[in-house]
Amino acid sequence: MAEIQSYTMNFGPQHPAAHGVLRLVLELDGEVVQKADPHIGLLHRATEKLAESKPFNQSIGYMDRLDYVSMMCNEHAYVMAIERLLGVTPPLRAQYIRTMFDEITRILNHLMWLGAHGLDIGAMTVFLLAFKEREDLMDCYEAVSGTRMHATYYRPGGVHRDLPREMPKYQASRWRSQKDADRLNEARAAGLLEFIEDFTRRFPKAVDEYETLLTDNRIWKQRTVNIGVVSPERAMQLGFSGPMLRGSGIAWDLRKLQPYEVYSKLDFDIPVGVNGDCYDRYLVRMEELRQSNRIVAQCVEWLKRNPGPVMVADAKVRPPRRENMKGDMESLIHHFKLMTEGYCVPEGETYAAVEAPKGEFGIYLVSDGANKPYRLKCRAPGFAHLAALEEMVTGHMLADVVAVIGTQDIVFGEIDR
Amino acid sequence: MTDLAAFAATVDEVLAGSAQRVDSLPDELAYECEPANLLAVATALRDHPALRFEMLVDLAGVDYLDYGRTEWKTFSATGSGFSRGVTRQGGRPLGAVESEERPSGRRFAVVAQLLSISGNRRLRLRSFCVDDEEPIIDSLVGVWASANWFEREAFDLFGILFRGHPDLRRLLTDYGFIGHPFRKDFPLIGNVEVRYDPIKQRVVYEPVSIESRTLVPRVIRHDNRYDPALIEGRGPANG
Repeated sequence: MAEIQSYTMNFGPQHPAAHGVLRLVLELDGEVVQKADPHIGLLHRATEKLAESKPFNQSIGYMDRLDYVSMMCNEHAYVMAIERLLGVTPPLRAQYIRTMFDEITRILNHLMWLGAHGLDIGAMTVFLLAFKEREDLMDCYEAVSGTRMHATYYRPGGVHRDLPREMPKYQASRWRSQKDADRLNEARAAGLLEFIEDFTRRFPKAVDEYETLLTDNRIWKQRTVNIGVVSPERAMQLGFSGPMLRGSGIAWDLRKLQPYEVYSKLDFDIPVGVNGDCYDRYLVRMEELRQSNRIVAQCVEWLKRNPGPVMVADAKVRPPRRENMKGDMESLIHHFKLMTEGYCVPEGETYAAVEAPKGEFGIYLVSDGANKPYRLKCRAPGFAHLAALEEMVTGHMLADVVAVIGTQDIVFGEIDR
Repeated sequence: MTDLAAFAATVDEVLAGSAQRVDSLPDELAYECEPANLLAVATALRDHPALRFEMLVDLAGVDYLDYGRTEWKTFSATGSGFSRGVTRQGGRPLGAVESEERPSGRRFAVVAQLLSISGNRRLRLRSFCVDDEEPIIDSLVGVWASANWFEREAFDLFGILFRGHPDLRRLLTDYGFIGHPFRKDFPLIGNVEVRYDPIKQRVVYEPVSIESRTLVPRVIRHDNRYDPALIEGRGPANG
């Protein structure tokens, strides 16, 4: 009988460590990966084509559904691309709000990543702890937009509305006593900003907690150190961005080097790794949690002191106020035109990129002057990362594939689009 | 001369006419090159010590078939305009062609977003495929490894063939999918739908049963505020 050299194995599309719907065709020699061929597209919804058939504003909600754990950052890139073509600059307060929510989103995303990555390679507790904090940030999303995930909060020219002065509160129920509800509501007594401020004060402690569980943990290190090493040159060749690039030792962050909104006015640091392995990328993301927290705190401070408009005054872009519509013909016409037809964006093309939690999320937008995008291309960071999966896992053991998928922070909403 | 203009002059000098600067926002750099020059231009952009575009951030296919077309005439306006009577055939709008006819060889383009990490610069490089019927262009995988999947995606969605690509398979669409869905003549609702057939006990493909609708017609309005002639600072000359 002929000796079997290698065999092929299907990993996913229904596998808890595949982070969604990844079908990975692995060729194994014993337990060592020889070849890995990711099959993607199982979540392909043709977001870009759908956006091309709708007025600009109606696609903001689609952006949330791309990378569905860093919702507002996706909106941000899309809105920024439109603003660039329109030549509109949002008011300063809106810029601060966007910056703050981008960073809240980064914390949301990294907590999700931390929990899932930990769970993938055998650490259960950190998942539960991370979700505790995540819950509070979801409440911030809810307070500001009415939904806990798919916010649709940013608009070309600003944000949908100003920060609310009230937080949603817990209520006593069969499962939660009045005493518990009161304790949970303590930080929610005042407005959203006070709640976020309270969060930024207790969050560093929470990060310490996660770190005690993992950073010096022997098993964690055995699973991540020297796994999936990418050299800086390869990282650039492969189009890496975000923590994947910084983990390989390249100090590149759009927030610092091509600053948008108010990042240039804020004080924060960019962590950079040394070895380019899973453990370094873990350390980079942990430090980013702390840095994001710092940024949020600075934004809260500024926002508390500076009230003002959160949307441009340009009547061709922003819908009129409700009360004006009742008495003012001009406002009524503007409202009608904006809601039925939208606004026309001048002919041209642009590429707008933000430093999303996973890396560079970019929107390439071509407009031919119509009220709908002519071509919209979403540049998803995870797409480039997953394309490099084969290179990263070849020669590793089967179990390390899971660690590498975890470290890439894969979300299929953005990869399949 | 601004910083960007100086850099653009350097790029022009290095490329020596093999790529032309095209209209873009004042703070962006966009170049267009003949498909025959694409590889040479890309290699020069990556390797020249003054440019060093180490990274290909994104590569997108674009189908210019319907560029500038509208579904609703708005210039001679309102006699028939408000009817919302958008004429369609096979899911494809028949709207008036307000732009002049597109010359052949200008339908499919490949647009690459390049990034120089060492120089903190971005550059957009566009190249049109010569043949509209069978678009084919040189692959950039040899220059930037990240082009691999982006080109597979462009092949899948637009049917652009990449000469020299090591593994040009479909990426995003279903196994056995027919057609290239992001082409402008591919209907938004698709051609087939799937359902589970309890008798055959498997999923079956059938022609779509829904009808294509236009909820908001595509219009282009003339707006003085955006008239290029009236805006300062737009266009390559003002870079």
